[in-house]
Parts: sequence; structure tokens; C-alpha cells
Amino acid sequence: MAEAKNLPRGDLPTGARQHGPATGHVVSVRILLGVWALLLVLTLLTVQTVISPWADFGSRMDLYIALAIATVKAALVLLYFMHLRYDSPLNAMWFIFALFFVALFIGGLIGDSQQYQSDLIPGYAPAMNP
Amino acid sequence: MGKTHASSPLPPVEAGHNPHLAHHFDTEQQQFESVKLGMWIFLATEVLLFSGLFCAYAVYRSNHPEVFRWAHVFLNVKLGAINTVVLITSSLSMAWAVRAAQLGQQRLLKICLVLTLIGAMGFLGIKYVEYKNKWHEGLLWAGRYQPTAEAQQELLHAGQRHGQVSAPATAPREAPQSAPATEGDGLKIERSLILLPAEGPAGLKAAGVGRVAQLSQQVPKQLWWFFGIYFLMTGLHGIHVIGGIGAISWLLVRSMKGQFGPRYYTPVDLVGLYWHLVDVIWIFLFPLLYLIR
Repeated sequence: MAEAKNLPRGDLPTGARQHGPATGHVVSVRILLGVWALLLVLTLLTVQTVISPWADFGSRMDLYIALAIATVKAALVLLYFMHLRYDSPLNAMWFIFALFFVALFIGGLIGDSQQYQSDLIPGYAPAMNP
Repeated sequence: MGKTHASSPLPPVEAGHNPHLAHHFDTEQQQFESVKLGMWIFLATEVLLFSGLFCAYAVYRSNHPEVFRWAHVFLNVKLGAINTVVLITSSLSMAWAVRAAQLGQQRLLKICLVLTLIGAMGFLGIKYVEYKNKWHEGLLWAGRYQPTAEAQQELLHAGQRHGQVSAPATAPREAPQSAPATEGDGLKIERSLILLPAEGPAGLKAAGVGRVAQLSQQVPKQLWWFFGIYFLMTGLHGIHVIGGIGAISWLLVRSMKGQFGPRYYTPVDLVGLYWHLVDVIWIFLFPLLYLIR
């Protein structure tokens, strides 16, 4: 050792530098393939719900069902492909905060525009305002 | 905080100093986590970028549902579904590339990156085909919306198929006597245009969606609103895919130089995060634009 002083350092554990590889968590092949298969199945389900005549719930329910399935798919990608399940919770919190603001954005905007927008110009939104 | 000084008396390799460890971080683990957090913050801004466009979609669709119900017939659900499958598979190969980098499997890493690139370019190819069809049919955004005769015919045929318009005579259908008389009380809704349960296979549904069904009886004038939103959202998404292709190609070049391994795979991980977000955005775009009944 060529160091002049060999005093114990107080700020590092056991006086040794942490220099191990930061490999972190490695996702297993089984999980990767399983999530992929599940995503494909959910895609098929979404398409079938809309194009097949036996699953006719009305266009509004179609939207809700499609969005619900899309949310599940996105959650799968986020948790497993993007590693959120195995990461520090701070990363997930950032993303959830962003989603919260998106919900605020869309919710507030729709609520506001439904209040008066269709009245502004006559004949502009015939579906909302006969 | 006692910061370890830049110049250690020992050469970096002997002191175990990973050359990728920047000196303002204490450990590689901390550096990796900070960099990843920074990437997640960027992804949050990307989500908010697209949320602006989703807001436009939401407002337009809630105010003009009949426009969306008519215009969606021009979108090919099969191509959209193929695009979704292509992107999901490219996400798989990207996640696998990250795993390969973590385990030092150099050849698998390159293969997975190439597969991701193929998926990305396949997606753009299918998008190009779709855009080309729109261009030839004149179905473009606001100022340039000029549907060709074939496109208009297709719209009418689709409407007839879905039972929304009557035969080309376009006379409003005369319904048998509807129970509550509405002609005398000044309401503007014409009950005679709503299919009674006895008449159509979608009778109950049509009766419940009265106003929109009535409006959907004729082709709305403002179909270009749908296409404006369609091109803006898929166009911005396509630009993100092109950016992703650039980033993944850069990764491929670097991995050919053997720069990634268990001790350093951060760029692969971060570009992977970006690519998965592009996939997540398409997962939401697909049902909203293509899967409207």
C-alpha cells in the first residue's frame, strides 16, 4: 500500500471503498416471456371486445373496457419490463405523480369544457347541445 | 461529508475504481440510482407531453362523439393491432437486451438490439403504409381534408353496414306510433329517427343512445377533426419512434465495441426505459384511435 496514512475513515463502512458492480436485479427469462405472452393475450382481448358482435356493450362501455385493459397492459410493462417492481420506490412515485397530474389535467379540462363549450357557437356540438 | 479525492495514490485499476464512476458519487450503486431517477423524471415529462394531446382527444371526443363514430371506419384495425404486437415484441427484445448486458452476454445483447431495431422499423413501415393510404384517399387534417369519391362511398357503405343510415334515398325513417307523443311539446329531438326495439337488431342500444344515434344517421361535416387529432398523435409518437431508433443504433454501435457488461450497462437500461415508454404510449393510442365501434 502506497498510502501515507492508513487511518480508518469514518464515512465509509468498514474503511473499504464500495466498488462492487452495481448489477442490481436481473429479470428472469420466464418473467420476460410470461409478461410478453400476457400482453399479447390482452391485446387480442381488447380487439375482440370491440370488433365482435357478441360483446356489444355500447360505445361508452367499449371505451371504459378498452382503457381498463390498456391500463393493465401498461402496468405490466411498467412493473416488469421497466423494472419498477424491483427498483427503489422513488422511481415509481415520480411516475405516479405524473399520472396524477395527467388525471387532473384531463379531468379538469373535460369538466370545464362540458360546462359551456358547446353553447358558445350555435350548432358547434350538436350531440351535446340540440 | 468526506469526499474521496480525485487523485488516489493508486492507479485506478488496483484501487478497484470503476472508470465509469464519476467522482461526485460515492458508490456505483448511488450513481446508477441517481441516473435512473433522472431518466424517470424525463419519462414523467414525456408522459405530460403526450397527455396534452390526449386532452385534446378527450375534449373533442366528448363534444363531438358522432365525428369519431364515423371517422374511425377509415382506420384499419388489423394494421393497428399488428403494430401493437410489433411494438410489444420489440419491448420484449429491449428488456432482454438489458438482461443480456447485465449478464455480460455480448452476442445476445447485439442480437436483441438488432431485433428491437427491426421491430421499430417494421412499426414505421406499417405507419407509412397507413399514412400513404390516407394521403391517396384525401383524408388529411383540417385545411387539406378532401376525401376522394371512393372514400366517401366507403363511408356510406360502412354506415349502412352498421345500420346507421338508411338506403341511399336518405329519407328519414317513419317509425310506427311511438308511445309518448313528442310532436306537440316543442322538443327538437325527432323521435321518428330513433329505431324502436322491434325494428333493428341493436334496438335497445339505439334507443338508449338516442341523440348520438340520431346524429350518426348522417355523415357529419367535420370529419377532419378526427384526422387532425389522428395525425398529430400518431405523428408525434412516430417522431419518438424515430428518436428511439437513433438511440438504439447508438447502443448497437457501442455494444459492438464491447463497452457494455455487468459493471456498466446504464445506457442500455436507460434507452430501454425510453423505448418501453414509447410502447406504453402506443398501448393507449391504439384503443383510443382504432377501437371505436
